[in-house]
Amino acid sequence: MAKIIVVTSGKGGVGKTTSSAAIGTGLALKGHKTVIIDFDIGLRNLDLIMGCERRVVYDFVNVINGEANLKQTLIKDKRTDNLFILPASQTRDKDALTKDGVERVLNELAKDFDFILCDSPAGIEAGAMMALYFADEAVVVTNPEVSSVRDSDRILGMLSSKSRRAEQGLDAIKEHLLLTRYNPERVEKGEMLSVDDVKEILSIDLLGVIPESQAVLNASNSGQPVILDAESDAGQAYLDTVDRLLGEKVPFRFLTVEKKGLLKRIFGG
Amino acid sequence: MSDQTLELKGSLFPLSVLSCPDLSVSALQTQLSQKLAQAPAFFYQAPIILNLTDCQQTPDFIAIKQLFTELKLVLVGVCGASSTLKQQAQQAGLAALQLGKDSKAAAVAAAPASKAAPAVNTVSVAMDSKVVEQAVRSGQQIYAKGTDLIVKGTVGAGAEVIADGNIHIYGTLRGKAIAGAAGDSSKRIYCYNLQAELVSIAGNYWLSESLQGEFWSKSACVKLQDDQLVLAELV
Repeated sequence: MAKIIVVTSGKGGVGKTTSSAAIGTGLALKGHKTVIIDFDIGLRNLDLIMGCERRVVYDFVNVINGEANLKQTLIKDKRTDNLFILPASQTRDKDALTKDGVERVLNELAKDFDFILCDSPAGIEAGAMMALYFADEAVVVTNPEVSSVRDSDRILGMLSSKSRRAEQGLDAIKEHLLLTRYNPERVEKGEMLSVDDVKEILSIDLLGVIPESQAVLNASNSGQPVILDAESDAGQAYLDTVDRLLGEKVPFRFLTVEKKGLLKRIFGG
Repeated sequence: MSDQTLELKGSLFPLSVLSCPDLSVSALQTQLSQKLAQAPAFFYQAPIILNLTDCQQTPDFIAIKQLFTELKLVLVGVCGASSTLKQQAQQAGLAALQLGKDSKAAAVAAAPASKAAPAVNTVSVAMDSKVVEQAVRSGQQIYAKGTDLIVKGTVGAGAEVIADGNIHIYGTLRGKAIAGAAGDSSKRIYCYNLQAELVSIAGNYWLSESLQGEFWSKSACVKLQDDQLVLAELV
């Protein structure tokens, strides 16, 4: 049975799509058949981050409306086996998603895939609610600043009250905290909330901490999920995150300021 | 994503109550017409409640309703009616309302077995407290009607917990907590870590700036003393 995971945040621009692309790719690299669905109808971004924007023929809304089938619509990732993308429609709006339609598509995908990743749009409106409604687990992407934390708290409330699991009285959605754009130097200076601050406020399990990194922007612009850049700190942090999502115990890295060695200090690093 | 399109909520509306010793159609017609002539626009299509408190006769509700329609008034219901009159009014399609002050008497009449019920809070002798097992998140609102509220998790910033009774919070209180919401000033708020946006007891409230100090980020009890909120140690 496929596991449906929603990547959500409430606030925009915190790294939902970057994280969806990275985690989806990571799961596929581990041999799990994975599909990432872009729920951000009207503002499709996932295909850009995944570098498959030129290969979009049909989209999620077409499948819901029965204008195309899944086989025609799913885009197979060229770099990673086991990875597929279901792109959003650029020309519709979020009302094009119906609960029945989404459920039908998810059920069909569940037959073939191990993981279904739902990349949620920002906000708490219909689109975001639709992305989280059918979820079994949720990755709540949060930046270490107050407004992002507040919005994540709001989304956590939605997860526990507005989801299918909540409405049908099933086991609650498993909630994970993914802290992105973490900058230990600024935390030390008191300019940013620390991991512990955020954990304390949201009181959910920490899944990963992704350091603020130039690699993320480079990866996005070149249409390559940052997790494939295994040299980068962000890429490694996402690899750890995927391991934890699969139930492994991995120590957290990149939480403290790296002490620069003498050579690095002289030659720069 | 809710399928709900239908919503039922309680609201308060200003309504005009008409009292007249003689409720025969002819008497009403002459007196109402005179009254309306003074300010025809003011009462145009105004919703009216008919007061039957001192009513000795049996009014013809259907005819009165007809009269109101002709006079461009809307008769929506009656108040202060005896049970027979109430029934007749209801048959004529009118709502039977209770005047604020006689609601208690009516409640007693409706349940003669239970002794007089003076206030909401004292009735709830063995009323179960409302228990919330998880965190109350930003944007959520929890109301414990007529009883205590126990929250085992944290109350997030932007969340609201309200109880007619006491409020106990075993996590951190970052949102708003309103105890004694029905007006009982003996109720209290107990919490393990006070960082609230607002605390209120029986309508007396403090914002977070008044809470800074000795008890901020510590366990505390909020109570009302001589109509003044005070903070005290939890244990």
